[in-house]
Amino acid sequence: MGNVITPGTQAPDFTLPVTADQTLSLSELRGKPVIIAFYPADWSPVCSDQMALYNQILPEFRKFNAELLGISVDGVWCHNAFSESRHLHFCLLSDFEPKGNVAKKYGSFRAKEGICERSLFVIDKNGIVTWSYLSPVGENPGADGILEALSALPK
Amino acid sequence: MAALLKVPVSNKDHIQGNNNARITLVEYGDFQCPYCGQAYPIIKRVQEHFGSQLRFVFRNFPLTEIHQFAEMAAETAEFAAKHNRFWEMHDLLFENQANLGQDLLVELTQKLQLPVPDLMNSLQSSTFEEKIKQDFLGGVRSGVNGTPAFYINNVRFDESYDYDNLVLAIQRAQNV
Repeated sequence: MGNVITPGTQAPDFTLPVTADQTLSLSELRGKPVIIAFYPADWSPVCSDQMALYNQILPEFRKFNAELLGISVDGVWCHNAFSESRHLHFCLLSDFEPKGNVAKKYGSFRAKEGICERSLFVIDKNGIVTWSYLSPVGENPGADGILEALSALPK
Repeated sequence: MAALLKVPVSNKDHIQGNNNARITLVEYGDFQCPYCGQAYPIIKRVQEHFGSQLRFVFRNFPLTEIHQFAEMAAETAEFAAKHNRFWEMHDLLFENQANLGQDLLVELTQKLQLPVPDLMNSLQSSTFEEKIKQDFLGGVRSGVNGTPAFYINNVRFDESYDYDNLVLAIQRAQNV
């Protein structure tokens, strides 16, 4: 298991593909809270449930003006198909090449399997990690921890 | 550590069984979720097994982005609840889950001899949307991470919900 980066740490910046011809950088979201959900794989049962749940809770995250990013090592076309099939209304980023490079910076890469951990980060508007959680890989961590962390952010 | 139920059971809930039972089983469910459909007959058996020792509560947790009819089904059950027929509708919805759609909701409403025009009105004006949303948000805060999610005396049950596991977990809670 990796050691996920802990509260108080500056969140490592990254730029990742969000579609075949667009990228997104964490620093572009400075000024609002960001939730990052690393997850092992598009289409797997637990990941699908987890993403479907977050999709449903999105309006609650938005009440905190927070942006949600899902990150896995799947490619952009895979993300695209997965996102369309589940009607996801948030961005899935592709940590595909170099594989898992961003996940590694967050202590969220499982080198043996070559996939991301199932981990969560809440980053404040200044880019500081205020909460992180490493879930057992087969367990959907839900959203209660995220909502508590968002509630704890200064207004 | 297992998540805890953040919204205590109250008279606003749909409660089945002995209200003074020492054990309360709460389900967060979605009428279109196939796993909730699978759990339905299991819960019936668990209720039979424990009889008056168990109180069962159903709360709405519709995943409307992936289940097209989940919200409508939940609203139909709430409509039935207004006529004190929640549990009959709950059972009919799960027993006919494979055919879920607006036609079925009308058919089941007729079957319970409830006024279909009133159902249509409440669906159109989203009369029960807020109640369902409150159930959902309470579930999120309580750590519901998929459906069905079960809580035995306020503690989330994290094992697989087959009959034997549920019976054992409830027995353990009885001995606390």
